[in-house]
Amino acid sequence: MQSLEQELAEIAFFDGIAPEAVSLLAGCARNVHFNDGDRLFSTGDAAQIFYVIRHGTVALETFVPARGPVLIDTIAAGEVLGWSWLFPPYRWHFDGRAVDGVRATAFDAACLREKADADAALGYDLMRRFAEIAIERLQATRLRLLDVYGYGAR
Amino acid sequence: MATAPAEHGGAMAPLPFRVAGRDRETADTWTLSLEPVAAPAPLVAPGQFMMVYAFGIGEVPISVSGEPNRAGPVVLTVRAVGAVTRAICAAAPGTVLGLRGPFGSSWPVETAAGGDVVVVAGGIGLAPLRPVVLSVLARRGAFELVSVLYGARTPHDLLFTRELEEWRRAVDVALTVDAAESGWRGTVGVVPKLVAPARFRPAETTAFVCGPEIMMRFTIDALLAAGVSAERVMVSLERDMHCGVGLCGHCQLGPTLICRDGPVYSYAEVAPWLEVREL
Repeated sequence: MQSLEQELAEIAFFDGIAPEAVSLLAGCARNVHFNDGDRLFSTGDAAQIFYVIRHGTVALETFVPARGPVLIDTIAAGEVLGWSWLFPPYRWHFDGRAVDGVRATAFDAACLREKADADAALGYDLMRRFAEIAIERLQATRLRLLDVYGYGAR
Repeated sequence: MATAPAEHGGAMAPLPFRVAGRDRETADTWTLSLEPVAAPAPLVAPGQFMMVYAFGIGEVPISVSGEPNRAGPVVLTVRAVGAVTRAICAAAPGTVLGLRGPFGSSWPVETAAGGDVVVVAGGIGLAPLRPVVLSVLARRGAFELVSVLYGARTPHDLLFTRELEEWRRAVDVALTVDAAESGWRGTVGVVPKLVAPARFRPAETTAFVCGPEIMMRFTIDALLAAGVSAERVMVSLERDMHCGVGLCGHCQLGPTLICRDGPVYSYAEVAPWLEVREL
């Protein structure tokens, strides 16, 4: 059976990270499981965790009055879920719901923030990785805003 | 190069075809089955297109979505977005439409044999790629890993939904939509997002890509980043095609005429021209 450190070293999000950083991260991590339909978090909840999804999908939703829950995005295996823990007020902006069974590694946000504050190199490395994810998702969102399937003439 | 049209008065004269079947795919998209009134049905290679004339209204290029290289009705999947395509979609069984073609180059399905195949479609772009999937399924053992990655605006806009479920038995199928209500169990997001998790060996892969050009651009970036060579990323381009035989020049893209030399190209062939604005 693999140790948590070995598991973290295999996560693409942490590719190239220093071995000592993996040990620090492992100290803030645990493996979790959610059943189909389980709520991982709700809008406004304290964002005390971020997840790396190992198996399954998490649906990010928001509730629209008179319409109901609307699906904003899906986070699949290998992807990172959650950046609300990085900045005050540390609150989730959307609802997270497990689609099928979800296995994930959960990182304690307060623990990570403390280690990142104490180790600037680790903090900078983590921030770069999260910035890359944020930019990828921003670009994808811009592409969706184009409504590329809606254009036609003849 | 263009396929020689039937000998009936040249490539510019449409032949009468009668609508034999008409199935609704989505709110605005229909699949028509057309049988020739007089001449034998043409053999159509995967990816080729027909010029379809709604008499008195106008003519548009439509890619063939039916089984390739097989005598039988011409099958077209058409989205009603303008006056001509609305008239074609509204054509009830028995209606006669004019068809010219088939025209253009085809998807090189045979050159992909022995390796992996990734089919990436956006919106109505699945229609010209359906013959690729049908060709692969007909000879499934000749290919290794096969993935169909398909995106649409919403779950209600997905084409061939029943077939997609059947395809899952033989190949990987991943679906994504730009927007969905709660309850949708597929992915939400743009099609390129499906490339990284797909199962394929980049060095052994031929990719077939069709959809809105902006979607293709980002998909190509994802395929190249994964290691697929530009020579083996095949794309189907669309411009304002009118004559279908390389005479009028409306569909010129740099040095190439899409109706005559395309619509299917390798990305390596057309990359310099796709980046030039107003081409």
